[in-house]
Amino acid sequence: MGKLTIGCFSSLVGSTSLDFAIKLSKAAVDKGHKVDLWLSGNATMLSLKGQKAFKDYSALAKPVQDLLATGNFQVTACEACAAARGYHKQDAMEGVKSFSMDWYLASTFTADRVLHIGGD
Amino acid sequence: MATKKLGFIIGTLPYKIEGSRLAMTHAISSQTVEIYLEDGDLVEPVVCFIGDGVLNCLKGQQAMKHYGITSIEQHIKNSLLLDLKVLICKEDVDKLGIAQDALIMDAEDIGGETAAQLVPFSEIQKALDAADHLLYC
Repeated sequence: MGKLTIGCFSSLVGSTSLDFAIKLSKAAVDKGHKVDLWLSGNATMLSLKGQKAFKDYSALAKPVQDLLATGNFQVTACEACAAARGYHKQDAMEGVKSFSMDWYLASTFTADRVLHIGGD
Repeated sequence: MATKKLGFIIGTLPYKIEGSRLAMTHAISSQTVEIYLEDGDLVEPVVCFIGDGVLNCLKGQQAMKHYGITSIEQHIKNSLLLDLKVLICKEDVDKLGIAQDALIMDAEDIGGETAAQLVPFSEIQKALDAADHLLYC
């Protein structure tokens, strides 16, 4: 089985790119692959605990927790991008890691495929 | 012992969104990636400015003065100082009527020896073909 690394810059609310990234992660994990999800820039919003699910906004905390429970998915937020937005380790959802940008590049090194979703 | 090439493709405007800045900071972070890799393994980025992204390469950016943040110009110079390969699409520069002397082509003022390259898109295509992974920012 392979390893997919996904990087995303887009925010949890205001874009559906993270929704796509999580759906793709689930599809890959369901097929037996491993997935690393890197959150940078506005995407670090997904790392926050205490997200409330409203029908008008993307709500991804539960699917992220379900994916983490499989053991084949890890999600890591860019430490500096998060801190710049006032998100600190104590604010992070359980299981979400925090590293500097070189972690992402290292993940791409061992990935069979990389999907990077840039932009806002 | 292996080297993986990452192609960062920057097509977004500077300052309007964070994409180009994040592309540069991620590319520069290749300098410390070894701490996560086996001995001898490397990640080698190539940074390609295309489309509206070439506007990131304009000289004389005043980001510190106007926004209180480091400029994309400084990030490009830092990447040249670190000997990263920086390619700028000539066709897109020409389309926007930008003269070559308006572009950040070197980092000599901070001691850099590597220069950016203004090249036809066909050369950028070759660099991207040689990359193991592409990251469109």
